[in-house]
Amino acid sequence: MADKKIAVIGDPGSVMIFNAIGLDVFYETEAEKIEARIHKLADAGYAVIYITENTAQLVPQVIDYYTTATFPAIIPIPSSTGALGIGMRRLRENVEKAVGADILFKEG
Amino acid sequence: MAVRVNPTRMELTRLKKRLVTAVRGHKLLKDKRDEMVRQFMIHIRKNHTLRLEVEKAVSTVSSKFSIAKAQMGALRVSEALLYPARAAVYEIGEHNVMSVDVPTIRYTGQENKATNIPYAFTFTSSSLDNAVVELSDLLPKLLELAECEKTCNLLADEIEKTRRRVNALEYVMIPEMQENIKFITMKLEENDRASTVRLMKAKDMIAKAANKAN
Repeated sequence: MADKKIAVIGDPGSVMIFNAIGLDVFYETEAEKIEARIHKLADAGYAVIYITENTAQLVPQVIDYYTTATFPAIIPIPSSTGALGIGMRRLRENVEKAVGADILFKEG
Repeated sequence: MAVRVNPTRMELTRLKKRLVTAVRGHKLLKDKRDEMVRQFMIHIRKNHTLRLEVEKAVSTVSSKFSIAKAQMGALRVSEALLYPARAAVYEIGEHNVMSVDVPTIRYTGQENKATNIPYAFTFTSSSLDNAVVELSDLLPKLLELAECEKTCNLLADEIEKTRRRVNALEYVMIPEMQENIKFITMKLEENDRASTVRLMKAKDMIAKAANKAN
């Protein structure tokens, strides 16, 4: 589909390589700019926005804002410095929200 | 405590009808919730494994990319990756899981070959090639993760809403209506008894008056 695209947001060191597989890459590192970028991308009809975890943790409210909309899907991915566990935490929050308790991934 | 209602037959009929609807709605919503939780469980398990896989793979790609950058210099790398060799091919749609619109993202490209590398091999290191090839192999998984995670998000939200509705019906609406119905029935019965007693009393008085006249 022509009008639904996929974007990647993060620091150049982590996401530059996504250029090579044909995704639209945006380098942002400041909270306000990330926020503005996400809103702009959502308006532009992007379906999926991959965002590195250390970028994502700067703008949690924007990510929450788009959680309940069908598009865009904002997906945290680990950056070049490794995973921070934000994606996993979101997963756990979902389980808690839906079932009432974290029954799947209890870790002690 | 029950809210004040008019103890009339009309109100009683109305309440009884509402109760039937509420009970049916409650049953339907409960079924919907149960099914959604089942679907959610399937998706969240898949989501969990996918996320583990993708996180590991992306980290590997990242470290390979860092090595490549160290070998070639950041400038060369960015130059090599400046222009994408191909557009990523995927299809994006929507489908409906228990009346929740969720996105579907399908990878439609063919199996990836090294020919997808967007630069000439002359000035680039092999770690960069590896990183790029690995990442393009990962793309279908990445797309699947996006779809799965979004589905989970939306389902979790909808489940929460449905659960609230079920509980509101089960613990507030239905008991309240039952209490009101009980209140009206008792009031009506009481009225009935009162009028019977009144009639009996009147009959008695008339009988006594007739006796006295005779």
